[in-house]
Amino acid sequence: MKAAVIVFPGSNCDRDMKVAIEQSMGSTPAMVWHGDSELPETDLIAIPGGFSYGDYLRCGAIAGNSPIMREVVKKASEGVPVLAVCNGFQIATETGMLPGALLRNANQKFICKDVDLQVVGRNERFVGEFENGQIVRFPVAHHDGNFYADDETLARLEGEGQVAFRYADSDGNVNDATNINGSRNNIAGIYNEAGNILGLMPHPERLISEQLGGTDGKIFFDNLINSLS
Amino acid sequence: MTEITKEIVAEHGLSESEYELALEILGRTPNLTELGIFSVMWSEHCSYKSSKKWLKTLPTEAPWVICGPGENAGVIDIGDGQAAIFKMESHNHPSYIEPYQGAATGVGGILRDVFTMGARPIANMNALRFGRPDHPKTRHLVSGVVAGIGGYGNCMGIPTVGGETNFHESYDGNILVNAMTVGLADTDNIFYSAAAGVGNPVVYVGSKTGRDGIHGATMASAEFDDDSEEKRPTVQVGDPFTEKLLLEACLELMATDAIVAIQDMGAAGLTSSSFEMADKGGVGIQLDLDNVPMREEGMTPYEIMLSESQERMLMILKPGREEEARAIFHKWELDFAIIGKVTDTGRMVLTMHGDTVADLPVAPLADSAPEYDRPWVPTERPAPLGADDVAAPADLGATLVQMMGSANIASRKWIWEQYDHMVMGDTIQRPGGDAGVVRIHGTDKALAVTTDCTPRYCYAHPETGGAQAVVETWRNLTATGAKPLAITDCMNFGNPQRPEIMGQFVGCINGMREACVALDYPVVSGNVSLYNETNGTGIFPTPAIGGVGLLEKSEQMMTLAFKGAGETIMVVGETTGEMGQTIYLKEIEGREEGAPPAIDLAKERLNGDFVRSLIHGGDVTACHDIADGGLLVAISEMALAGNVGADLDLGEALPAHVAAFAEDQARYVITVSADNVEAVTEKAKNANVPLQIVGTTGHNEIKVGKSASVSLHDIRSAHTNWLPGLMAAPGSDKE
Repeated sequence: MKAAVIVFPGSNCDRDMKVAIEQSMGSTPAMVWHGDSELPETDLIAIPGGFSYGDYLRCGAIAGNSPIMREVVKKASEGVPVLAVCNGFQIATETGMLPGALLRNANQKFICKDVDLQVVGRNERFVGEFENGQIVRFPVAHHDGNFYADDETLARLEGEGQVAFRYADSDGNVNDATNINGSRNNIAGIYNEAGNILGLMPHPERLISEQLGGTDGKIFFDNLINSLS
Repeated sequence: MTEITKEIVAEHGLSESEYELALEILGRTPNLTELGIFSVMWSEHCSYKSSKKWLKTLPTEAPWVICGPGENAGVIDIGDGQAAIFKMESHNHPSYIEPYQGAATGVGGILRDVFTMGARPIANMNALRFGRPDHPKTRHLVSGVVAGIGGYGNCMGIPTVGGETNFHESYDGNILVNAMTVGLADTDNIFYSAAAGVGNPVVYVGSKTGRDGIHGATMASAEFDDDSEEKRPTVQVGDPFTEKLLLEACLELMATDAIVAIQDMGAAGLTSSSFEMADKGGVGIQLDLDNVPMREEGMTPYEIMLSESQERMLMILKPGREEEARAIFHKWELDFAIIGKVTDTGRMVLTMHGDTVADLPVAPLADSAPEYDRPWVPTERPAPLGADDVAAPADLGATLVQMMGSANIASRKWIWEQYDHMVMGDTIQRPGGDAGVVRIHGTDKALAVTTDCTPRYCYAHPETGGAQAVVETWRNLTATGAKPLAITDCMNFGNPQRPEIMGQFVGCINGMREACVALDYPVVSGNVSLYNETNGTGIFPTPAIGGVGLLEKSEQMMTLAFKGAGETIMVVGETTGEMGQTIYLKEIEGREEGAPPAIDLAKERLNGDFVRSLIHGGDVTACHDIADGGLLVAISEMALAGNVGADLDLGEALPAHVAAFAEDQARYVITVSADNVEAVTEKAKNANVPLQIVGTTGHNEIKVGKSASVSLHDIRSAHTNWLPGLMAAPGSDKE
């Protein structure tokens, strides 16, 4: 299997994403520069976190209009799986690949910490062996992760099984107290309608060994690579 | 042309004798541009004129030191052809005036110092001091500084892995923002700043030059008064995105062999960088200011030379490599301009619009910077306070809770959760422990980093305080299992023209020197920030120390959290009952009195080396240095981190509150599994290290014999809620 990681000026989780994919896949993903207009042949496109183009104007807004993103949108519409993490999620919403928007955190502050997430649904491609309702732990590190969608979109996301993860606690409670950033319905990650794009604010690539503080991220990538191989 | 009057000279912060010296060097009256250059080059910030005499006495060498003070940052060998490059720097004055941008550009500046030398930054740290918590400006300053540090470091994608924050009224009108960066380079690819090669091109890269920050270096060398906020326009504005591009572009070019020398434009911008490069190389430089990329129209030579616009670098390239370099910077969408050349004249010649606008001799200006032996008076060591001088509290348990929720002990989580401390995927010890630890990517090794200083000790007795700041970093690194290698210092003091302040500086340096020598722990870089005063009142002397240590095997790293119930808690080192200048005295009795705890460097070394050997031998399950607040605070921190309580017996030798809260030095708390207690005790005996069993881990409370029993829940509430509570309090002064 092959994977590609998109690199924008200002991306800063590109290496972390590469390391995580490498660890699970056993080979190195292609690193694709934002100015390129073609993607190599790939079974997975990862859009990593960071501050693409400084996140000036609006998080992900400029990256959303970069040459490579036109190609990513095209490949995604052809069914190539896309994993869009943090700034990647913001970029994906800017391109319209995913609905909704990521607003400033409700507390107006950057938040960096491990969070408990409730796995929602059974999108086998992305969550593999994680059970519906299972609690997993990934870190967040963002200033603008407050997921917003209008009522109609939100109802569709909920109704069509497009919600992927919710902010929870270790006991599985999903409520205002566990909603770290003000996201609607505690949403931490969503799928597109076709189910081949996952956008999520938390960073599974940051918890891929005991030494880093946990392995749920490694399980996530193992699942993902297994299901795509 | 502007006539140079006495008033203009004074406005530039030059004394009469300094101006006389300038006239002598030049042999004529300087023009305004030249005067401006003299002014910044001879500012305290750039010339170290009050501190140089004393800084020179610090030890700077060890077999593992590759480059000591004098370059952009210090360099140490960490084996396998790799080097750690690090430095700490102050951005105090700008951060008080404009906290977000002041702190952000402080981080930007120190990052540049490190990557200028060819290192990829891998960890950021900071040391912050704010005024008393209820001062009307404190919340505004904390909020802005923390957001600024996060805003810059998070965007750059460099993890901020720790730091320290103090609150004390001596900083009410003059906060301290000290930022540290540690980078990683190959020992055979380190870049220095000495210009060389007559005819070689001088290249400007990065952001364009604007009118921001003009005279920042001079501002940083003056005292504050009530009008200081009017100086806001001299605070620079940071652009971390551009710096990220600059970092990547510089590292890309550094992977070739096109660079002869490189220097970042920090304080005093183009002036300081060009003079330093020429001076170090013993050459001259000719610059055509028309070619400097400018953000604004109509900038004068004076403004161009003194601008402190951020995210800029100056390089000397090998001849014929310009286009290769230009292509890299254009790929990263950065300005690239050839603005001059290296000459053999030994002079800095600046031209603009075809006219020579400044013509100054490099070496006399750089080397003849005034150096003062300022008068100083030592601070007498106060009498120590012991058990008899401090009454017992009515309720030891309630006192513990109060201590854990006090300003200088309470959890800093509210701060470090605003810093990305995990990006780069190598943070194996996050903030909140004794030191932050990051793996050297792709290896088994790791670097531990800490920043420490106890200003109340330094004020009470500078020599003891200076030594204590050094040994505390050494202990913190040791507690993670790392071998401490070297330090950077950030010397924050008041007005050196006052003998008692100069005496504090001298005392702290003397203490630091003794500690560094005794511990084989040299100073490889540093920064001095003087005139930290407002309306004539100086801050507490604050020599913030940043320590770096190496773990050869990252899996040997130790943490402070209790790992489980039923383990034996032991104290390494001796508790004699040092109560002077303790947190207990300040928080519980409202007194700041007595001598700081005595430092015995031989014991520090003995006890620390013993603890490290236990960690490496796998004998220890948790380890924490004992510092602010004493033994019971240290144990409580370990209990909170592991969510496991402790059942303690502190012995009869000292009253319970003294055993609990005395701040004797050279001590650590360790936990050992029950079946290993005998072996560890034997090892301590053989090593001649005092070791005392003080209790057992378990349950969800801290119990001290019959004196106290407090639930972890109550301790945790006090500890974690204090800072969020402070920051959320109504009436917060937000602008």
